[in-house]
Amino acid sequence: MNPAVPTTGGAEPLVHRAQPPADLLVRGAHALDPRTGVDAPLDVLVRDGEIAELGAPGTLEAPDGAEVLDGEGRHLFPGFVDPHVHLRVPGQEHKEDLDSGTRAAAAGGFVAVVAMPNTDPAVDDATVLGSLREAARREARIPVGFMASVTRGLAGEALTEMAELRDAGALGFTDDGKPVHRAAILRRALQYQRLCGGVLALHEEDPSLSGAGVMHEGEVSARLGLAGIPSISESTMIARDAAIAGYEGGRIHVQHLSALESVEAVAVAKANGVAITAEASPHHLTLTHEAIRERLDTRLKMNPPLRAERDRQALVAGLRDGTIDCIATDHAPHAREEKEVPFEEAPMGTTGLETAFAAVLTDLVVPGVLPLALVVEKLSAGAAVVGLPLPAIAVGRPADLCLVDLDAAWEVGEAGYESRAENCCFAGRTLRGRVLATVAAGAVVYRERAFALSAA
Amino acid sequence: MRHLLSIEDLDRAAIERILDRAKSFTEVSEREVKKVPALRGRRVLNLFYEASTRTRSSFELAAKTLSAEVVNFVSSGSSVEKGESLKDTVQTLSAYRPDLIVVRTPHVGAAELVARWSPAAVVNAGDGKHEHPTQALLDVYTLRERLGSLDGASIWIVGDVLHSRVARSNIQAFTMLGAHVTVCGPPTLIPRGMEALGCDVAYALDRLPEADVVYALRMQKERMTESFVPSLREYAARYQIHGRRLGARQVLMHPGPVNRGVELAAEVIESPQAVIGQQVAAGVVVRMAVLYELLAGRAAPDRAPSLPTPQPA
Repeated sequence: MNPAVPTTGGAEPLVHRAQPPADLLVRGAHALDPRTGVDAPLDVLVRDGEIAELGAPGTLEAPDGAEVLDGEGRHLFPGFVDPHVHLRVPGQEHKEDLDSGTRAAAAGGFVAVVAMPNTDPAVDDATVLGSLREAARREARIPVGFMASVTRGLAGEALTEMAELRDAGALGFTDDGKPVHRAAILRRALQYQRLCGGVLALHEEDPSLSGAGVMHEGEVSARLGLAGIPSISESTMIARDAAIAGYEGGRIHVQHLSALESVEAVAVAKANGVAITAEASPHHLTLTHEAIRERLDTRLKMNPPLRAERDRQALVAGLRDGTIDCIATDHAPHAREEKEVPFEEAPMGTTGLETAFAAVLTDLVVPGVLPLALVVEKLSAGAAVVGLPLPAIAVGRPADLCLVDLDAAWEVGEAGYESRAENCCFAGRTLRGRVLATVAAGAVVYRERAFALSAA
Repeated sequence: MRHLLSIEDLDRAAIERILDRAKSFTEVSEREVKKVPALRGRRVLNLFYEASTRTRSSFELAAKTLSAEVVNFVSSGSSVEKGESLKDTVQTLSAYRPDLIVVRTPHVGAAELVARWSPAAVVNAGDGKHEHPTQALLDVYTLRERLGSLDGASIWIVGDVLHSRVARSNIQAFTMLGAHVTVCGPPTLIPRGMEALGCDVAYALDRLPEADVVYALRMQKERMTESFVPSLREYAARYQIHGRRLGARQVLMHPGPVNRGVELAAEVIESPQAVIGQQVAAGVVVRMAVLYELLAGRAAPDRAPSLPTPQPA
């Protein structure tokens, strides 16, 4: 992280409905934490919500009253952190709410998520943020951080009261869903960042190039007669914004990379010393616009759109070589009636929290494209992007863990979703890798049903 | 074949079967009593969310000539104006147990959705800029009448390919029947990736004399305000098919309605090369053949429309 960026002014960065800290023994799971170098079957003892002891399998005893999770043949990872989700509160609770969204996150192995401010009203002043954090203290099952908007009402015209929002707990700023179209506004925000800190997370898109586009511009859009969103709509804005950030010495994070040219633009900016990070989503890493050709399914409609195979491969390569810092889901729930319309009419977005790990495992790790350790690392690396501590399997650290069965196959959506929404782009796919239990901030926040029953 | 949603639903044999049957129906139009009982008792619903003159009237004539009952549903004046969704409209109208729904909408893929939401057979009469398969069939029919066969023919489709569902269906149908298609127009009106449909792309008319068939597309005036072309004047200067550009042995087609003086000059519209009137006439018999293909010999849908379905879109 950039040390020049101060943390929030006094307010705790994450809030949730805290549960009593757990005493817990995870027995015999293969613990894998690429950042600490842990990579072996271990007993992991959690006492009072903290990792108290690591020992060889079968060597640690569960204290009286402690819950025992059978990890035999399973994997234990540092819990995942998603720097980019839409929890739709306030104002769009018919799509998702703090409870259902964080339940979905817990079911996906996430121990913290960062909610975007494109709500109704937008999170553009400290009172909205304050009441939202109050609601999260009552309803959120896992710790949630909040971004505030860069501009008032996400209108792209006037800066929000960034310093006051930081004091009230905003992790950073973004107009996600829309670009900060006017270069001068972005420049002012980057100047103001020197005062208040907080990363500027950018949805990179030139609206004049995207036009009325609803999918990637290419062979599939030509065939279907759908208006296309060209790759350059994203990459040209990244190049512009990286130049502005470099000039101002500011810190930016590029959201949901989708195109080969965008990966190149980020690589160039990094090589030039710009303080820039980038994320990619599980769907952009695993799917292409060909999926839309096979089935014109509104669950496959998102912004940025699924692009071509060359783009997908560039994203995978960028993840491997470090150009892309983390995996983020851009979990974007919508109500059924909103998605049950013709493709051009449907809102953009797919849910992703419950399928993130399994999708990446199935399509990238199982075929040998990416190592498991890299994927595990990238699924929590988003914490650093927004200035949060990275979860770790280490003695003395808070228990932020997920227990996973890599071999379990499951059909997405067959048993419904924890999310209130069902617009998942992987629906109907059989994926490998099932999260069995999630421990967030020292408490068990999720147990997979069959796993919980077997333990009972 | 259960629905006709796209030319991709057909193969060469299916197209030829439909066209042969269309040919056999021409005799009916020449009778004094223009009616045969082939689809007596069947219900056809015309569901039109977009303005249409020839497509809707020719589907209606086709269905009535085959003795089917026809109900026309147009979106203006209906509950659609009160905000009813496509899904609710389709499921409501399906309660009337239509055997077949002809649907036109401004949205890509909407006909496929109607097919998913209704037990009726569905014919796509135009879904946004995607496809218009019966137009392609009537165009192939017209060309077969004129040329005998499309095998080896060179067909140039000229104009606003980007916004044309006719182009997308016709490229596939013409290619399936052995023709070679070149699309030609301003680069701003040819979508990136168009070659994937198996056609060549040209930006100028200089090789037009090699075409056996010139198929001009309608150029809508609003394209100019959207900056796709600087002016209709410049468009017409570069791409209008007029007397000096059209060879004596070429065939001229247009899906209608024509913008006189824009994509076509007046003299070619009424030239012996033009088959625009034949295209319109072919519309009725070809649509009769499509209705017959989908309904004759097939039992009426017996399952009740599902209200509401548990399946997400």
